[in-house]
Amino acid sequence: MTISIDPQKTNNESLQPKGWLRYFSFSLDHKVIGIQYLVCGFLFYLIGGTLASAIRIELASPMSDFMPRDVYNQVLTLHGTIMIFLWIVPVVNGAFGNYLIPFYVGARDMAFPRLNAVAFWLIPPSGLMLVASYFVEGAAQAGWTAYPPLSITTPQSGQIIWILSVLLLGGSSIFGGINFIATIIKLRRPGLKLMQLPMYCWAMLGTSLLVVLSTPVLAGTLILLSFDIIANTGFFNPVLGGNVVVYQHLFWFYSHPAVYIMVLPAFGLVSEILPVHARKPLFGYTTMVFSIMGIVVLGLVVWAHHMFTSGTPPWMRLFFTIATAFIAVPTGIKFFNWVATLWGGKISINSAILFSCGFIINFVFGGITGVALAQVPFDIHVHDTYFVVAHFHYIVYGGTVFIIFSSIYHWFPKVTGKMLNEKLGILHFIITFIGFNLCFAPQHWLGLNGMPRRVAEYDPQFQFVNQISSLGALLMAISTIPFLINVFLSVRNGKNAGDNPWNALTPEWLTSSPPPVENWEGEAPLVEEPYGYGKEISEQK
Amino acid sequence: MTTLDSSKEIQKNNSEVNETHEDFRIFGLITFLIADGMTFAGFFAAYLTYKAVNPLPDGAIYELELPIPTLNTILLLVSSATFHKAGKALLKDKNSDSQKWLFFTAFLGIIFLICQLFEYFHLPFGLTDNLFASTFYALTGFHGLHVTLGTLMILIIAWQSRTNGGRLTSQNMFPLEAVELYWHFVDGIWVILFIILYLL
Repeated sequence: MTISIDPQKTNNESLQPKGWLRYFSFSLDHKVIGIQYLVCGFLFYLIGGTLASAIRIELASPMSDFMPRDVYNQVLTLHGTIMIFLWIVPVVNGAFGNYLIPFYVGARDMAFPRLNAVAFWLIPPSGLMLVASYFVEGAAQAGWTAYPPLSITTPQSGQIIWILSVLLLGGSSIFGGINFIATIIKLRRPGLKLMQLPMYCWAMLGTSLLVVLSTPVLAGTLILLSFDIIANTGFFNPVLGGNVVVYQHLFWFYSHPAVYIMVLPAFGLVSEILPVHARKPLFGYTTMVFSIMGIVVLGLVVWAHHMFTSGTPPWMRLFFTIATAFIAVPTGIKFFNWVATLWGGKISINSAILFSCGFIINFVFGGITGVALAQVPFDIHVHDTYFVVAHFHYIVYGGTVFIIFSSIYHWFPKVTGKMLNEKLGILHFIITFIGFNLCFAPQHWLGLNGMPRRVAEYDPQFQFVNQISSLGALLMAISTIPFLINVFLSVRNGKNAGDNPWNALTPEWLTSSPPPVENWEGEAPLVEEPYGYGKEISEQK
Repeated sequence: MTTLDSSKEIQKNNSEVNETHEDFRIFGLITFLIADGMTFAGFFAAYLTYKAVNPLPDGAIYELELPIPTLNTILLLVSSATFHKAGKALLKDKNSDSQKWLFFTAFLGIIFLICQLFEYFHLPFGLTDNLFASTFYALTGFHGLHVTLGTLMILIIAWQSRTNGGRLTSQNMFPLEAVELYWHFVDGIWVILFIILYLL
């Protein structure tokens, strides 16, 4: 059966608002939705970043003098939840996915444009709800993991709002995942083979599979948790005969894959950016595809490595240690592929590639500590210490957020038709890179020496190192300023970029910048070699 | 199938000619049902883990009677068959037959829900009595929610399949196909639930 699409009907230009107003409308255009995701996510990033600064100010001194202890707990919970569910997941998946995937598969929009808009518009209300919960009775205090019995015994309204908000965001994520799978598998331009797709498509396919398979489990778990809080059942309440470890298993069945949901799209994006600026084909395309799929499969069976100290039986520890160590193989392959892509390339030093290289450096560091954490004896030593905090931030900030910035520098000319200022961009990179490493590298030492995480007070012997870390956080906060100035100045008075300022070969650059509503005037180009740099480029069909 | 690149002439007159592509709404629905199935899988996993590692306190009541759930299983399986009949009838343009089968399917769904409620009111344990009771109500309740939604959707498409001016025709089968797929999914989940919760 076929459906006819009337371009006049699906994207009726007379019905859709124009100009900047369309970013506040229920637009069905995947490009508009992508930008909505990005800007909305960035606003929440600023809120989450403010909360992070508050945490680092508090930790600059050993006593809890900047804020009361329960407020500290609320701040760290909101920081984690906002950064994960409202910034990183929506931006690396929703923003770049929506903007780029239809170009990459040669389509005029996503497979289900209405579902796409619904998925986005679930995010602002749930985010506002989460932030507003602070003013109700105090926000949730149980951390982004919401482990019971802590989440059952802390004040209830904040926790319930937290659960509702995360359920909505999970729903948004699932709708997005369904859309990406359908778009990549079913909406490919005729003649475009799967193995000719740009790497970001593969990354998004893998990510979406993880979203569809694991997010519903989190939803079910949170429903049970809300029963425990509202209806006084005992699923996770030991006093009533329940079992907290079941919550941990179900939670990490989502939340370990969630790490890959946050980082796999970044792998895809960096694989798009490096070949363009190094003027070389992506090294090892096939191995890259198989390692993404390997990570998807392995990522679903490693969750209990978060629970080595939860009374996990030895056979389970053994299995999950081995499975986790195996993940290092596909990840290592990808790492070497990126280095090999850069090797001998004609690299132009600009903000996009600097952030990408920063990603590679930070990510390999976070990866190494990740393999270390998978080893039971070591994990028991550093469990719930700042070592885990450092590792996690090396993956999601040093990894994913660096790639988000790299992608903004790379695709800004596509979206706006204007170039970003390179000097401000490089300044942004230098402050971010120094600030980030100054903030999180010392936390490895803190963790190894036994400073527990999620506590407002600590042993005074750790004060000096904590102050170094707080100084780094200050630099990270400052680094946002040149970026914001850069974006505002460039949108207004930026240098005109032309259609393809990087001379890139991937399909999104083979149309005008900014692209027309239907993505292409006329037929979508068939790009058989998205990474065909450095050879005689036969004319693209 | 698709005519995105069929010829340059069509492309030039893009605004005048409608483009077509394969219908992948059923594909999207299947993806969604996989996700929904994972929610149930999480619940089942939790239930089985509790059964294995969390002994109930002494004196906890957890007996279930089999007659009503067995009747319910039969009801849902028969309703799957009647739904299939409705689809066949619609395909042959027999809209009124199709509508009858759909109403009969919805009727079976409602009987299922009534039986379920009857069971709820006559069980010797309440939601918070013990861990088994809580899991029992959560699992059957979540499934019952799916049956309720399914029944409502069946009533809607039964209304849409009316002979005069209904939008459900043999040319536009999608609403019926989608609800049918969902209904079979809900039935399948019930069979698994019946085996795990009542028989094991």
